[in-house]
Amino acid sequence: MAAWIQASIILAVVVGLHVPLGDYMARALDGGRHWRGEKTLYRVCGIDPAKEQTWRHYLTALLAFSVMSIAALFALFTLQGKLPWSTGHEGMPWRLALHTAVSFTTNTSWQNYAGESTTGHLAVMAGLGVQAFASAAVGICVALALVRGLVRRSTDDLGNFWVDLLRTIFRILVPMAVVGGLILMAGGVIQSLGGGHTFTTVAGAKQTILDGPVGSWEPIKLFTGDGGGVFNANSAHPFENPSAWTNAFEIVLMLLIPTACVRMFGRMIGSLKQSWTLLTVVGILFGLLLAAGTLAQSAHTGTVTQAVGGPYEGTETRFGIPGSTLFGVGATGSADGAANSSYDSFSSLGGGVLLSAMMLGEIAPGGTGSGLYGLIMVVLVAVFIGGLMVGRTPEYLRKRIGYGEMRWVVVYALIPPTVILACTGVALAFGDGQSSMGNPGAHGLTELIYAYTSNTNSNGSAMAGFNGATDFHNLLMVFAMLAGRYLPMVAVLALAGRLAKQQPGVVTVGTLRAQGVNFVVLATAAAVVLALLNFLPALSLGTIADGLL
Amino acid sequence: MTRIPHWLAQHIAALRVVLVLTLLTGLAYPLAMVAAAHVPGLDGRSEVTGADGRPAGSSLIGQSFTDAKGNPLKQYFQSRPSNAGTGYDAAASGAGNQGPESVVDALDKPSLLTLVCGRSKAVGDLEGVDGSRPYCTDDGVGAVLGVFHEGGTSGRVTKVVSLDQACPAQPFLATYKGVRVSCAKPGADYSHAVTVPVRGDAPANPVVPADAVTASGSGLDPQISPAYAKLQAPRVAHERGASLADVRGLIAKYTTGRALGVFGEPGVNVVELNIALDRKYPTTATTASSPKQGA
Repeated sequence: MAAWIQASIILAVVVGLHVPLGDYMARALDGGRHWRGEKTLYRVCGIDPAKEQTWRHYLTALLAFSVMSIAALFALFTLQGKLPWSTGHEGMPWRLALHTAVSFTTNTSWQNYAGESTTGHLAVMAGLGVQAFASAAVGICVALALVRGLVRRSTDDLGNFWVDLLRTIFRILVPMAVVGGLILMAGGVIQSLGGGHTFTTVAGAKQTILDGPVGSWEPIKLFTGDGGGVFNANSAHPFENPSAWTNAFEIVLMLLIPTACVRMFGRMIGSLKQSWTLLTVVGILFGLLLAAGTLAQSAHTGTVTQAVGGPYEGTETRFGIPGSTLFGVGATGSADGAANSSYDSFSSLGGGVLLSAMMLGEIAPGGTGSGLYGLIMVVLVAVFIGGLMVGRTPEYLRKRIGYGEMRWVVVYALIPPTVILACTGVALAFGDGQSSMGNPGAHGLTELIYAYTSNTNSNGSAMAGFNGATDFHNLLMVFAMLAGRYLPMVAVLALAGRLAKQQPGVVTVGTLRAQGVNFVVLATAAAVVLALLNFLPALSLGTIADGLL
Repeated sequence: MTRIPHWLAQHIAALRVVLVLTLLTGLAYPLAMVAAAHVPGLDGRSEVTGADGRPAGSSLIGQSFTDAKGNPLKQYFQSRPSNAGTGYDAAASGAGNQGPESVVDALDKPSLLTLVCGRSKAVGDLEGVDGSRPYCTDDGVGAVLGVFHEGGTSGRVTKVVSLDQACPAQPFLATYKGVRVSCAKPGADYSHAVTVPVRGDAPANPVVPADAVTASGSGLDPQISPAYAKLQAPRVAHERGASLADVRGLIAKYTTGRALGVFGEPGVNVVELNIALDRKYPTTATTASSPKQGA
């Protein structure tokens, strides 16, 4: 019972906070005056904030920023040993450095290393920290451009990438980081740059306890959809997540910005009814995942689960199984990918729910920005199918959704399953897919599919028994992350460009209204069918075989 | 001066933005938070002081209460099993990541089932209670048969091996479907056998609590469940010559309930509890180890 109350309270807080935050985001990010400090920033960076960009120029700027980000991270990681605050860690080998650079720039944050033995304080602060902010902002930029495409008429202009980027970081993310960080630090999270202390324990052994910039890292890791850990154990580590209430707060942080993006969308298009409709779809999807996860975790079907009396392995006493399950569904329903327990040791079907949440395309509520544009893509599919059923030209927000538009939607929808299944297949056939599995049989296959789903969908959570730290996986994952992050963005921006050019149509009685119960059901079904049917064969061999046989 | 191409100009702007962000969000922001960490209440201090007055670790980070060989020190409450390094290594956090069907031991790595069975038996022996669990043998490994069939996965049973009982162990079942069960020869290939876990007749709710036989996600869990603390209380009270009621009082003192009544699960902080015991009910064993600590 306490478990359901806990979940209800956390979700109610998210819904309550998403209203003011979403309203503020719409006001702060779209139009309005530049702050004085921002003008200075634009001057320093050589940016003309008044200049509007076409979708191609917007994309060029985005890709240029991502290339430079990857280069900067790569340099920082490989040269770590020669820089200050490395706390004795050497530079990373180049394949691992490349993987890590791409991982944090694409907002994935899959880590093929253990934090405490690999990254020093500088790498965490000036490397991972910067890209946590920046990669989240890039996602929101693309969402802003798509919404502008829907709102604007007869234009090529989608806004200015640099303005969107810097405003998102300095008006939204940094203030939230400060508030979130202070709250977590009040809850016991450490923020110190020392080199660690060695103690003699109560029983007379030695124990070295590490320092770290955790208080500044923890909030951004959670609300930016980043999810990587200062420590190997991520949010299971007592210094990252000291108590049951910080755990609840961390779940709120993971879900907050993606949810607020939906509200921002409603404000920008001038229809809060539309944003509540989308939020209902998100709510249904998240509710289904949470219910399925909770049931799977309490069903006690696995051999070890029955021997133990529940899926206790890999969970912390202070969170319990419900607190771990809710965190897991939150981390995979959003694109965050943090972990407060071992997802590998979840019950077979419980782990399968987390995997399915990612395969849904990270829309419940999804990544920062990417959740919103993923959701709009699902809505367009629903509108298109619905329009065909009614026998009218499909329209959304008075923009026609014809062949040219649907082409990009289909491209968007096909990329993740193609990349995930192709990479999994390649790893099994030619690479060290099998030798990297940490568990035997179907569970091992689940680990592999989970790894490439997580990398492609910019999630970053792991069934951590899987060993991704091989040359083969480092490089194949780089491909999966780049393709899974940027190709969909190309499709979204191209679609935004097409939509912005259109003259708005006229609403008639024959127009499919994109709201109400019918539409919510249609959109929810579209999301489920679109995503999960692609993966049913893979899921049957992995998680379903593991759980039922 | 020739105009530089658009794409190149964007890369130059990108580089400048990355540098500016590194300064502002990569250095100024975390350093400001380091400054804020000097405010009392935000300092994240969790150091604990041992009974001898020395710093003895952190109340948030669990510890092992075992001797150098890994045997439990009977005068202390025992922590959960840990996968951090060799156990509660705070510089190597992590989980075991073994799945719910990890039931067959490998040469270099016992299965999760065998780990659970072994821990349950050990805790049962230590506390003088029944350590049996479903799917566990009496000697504390997984009760898992490898069944060879005539036709691969079906047909007449030709050979049966108790996969987790390495020879010369006595198999937990004499016969299975009329075929004699043999012990497992280390290194032999049993991958063609059908894996059959055997439930056995252990109670569905074992006496030894679940958290006593499973490792945490971090390997640094400072807490145990109230049930596990209750199980250990008589032994600790006996070792320290304290009354059971007093020890239970201390357990209650270091028990954290659900936050606001609904968040998380109750837990008992073992590090703080054991330090409090050392203060109130010192034992000769504890005093004897003190000079070593000073060395």
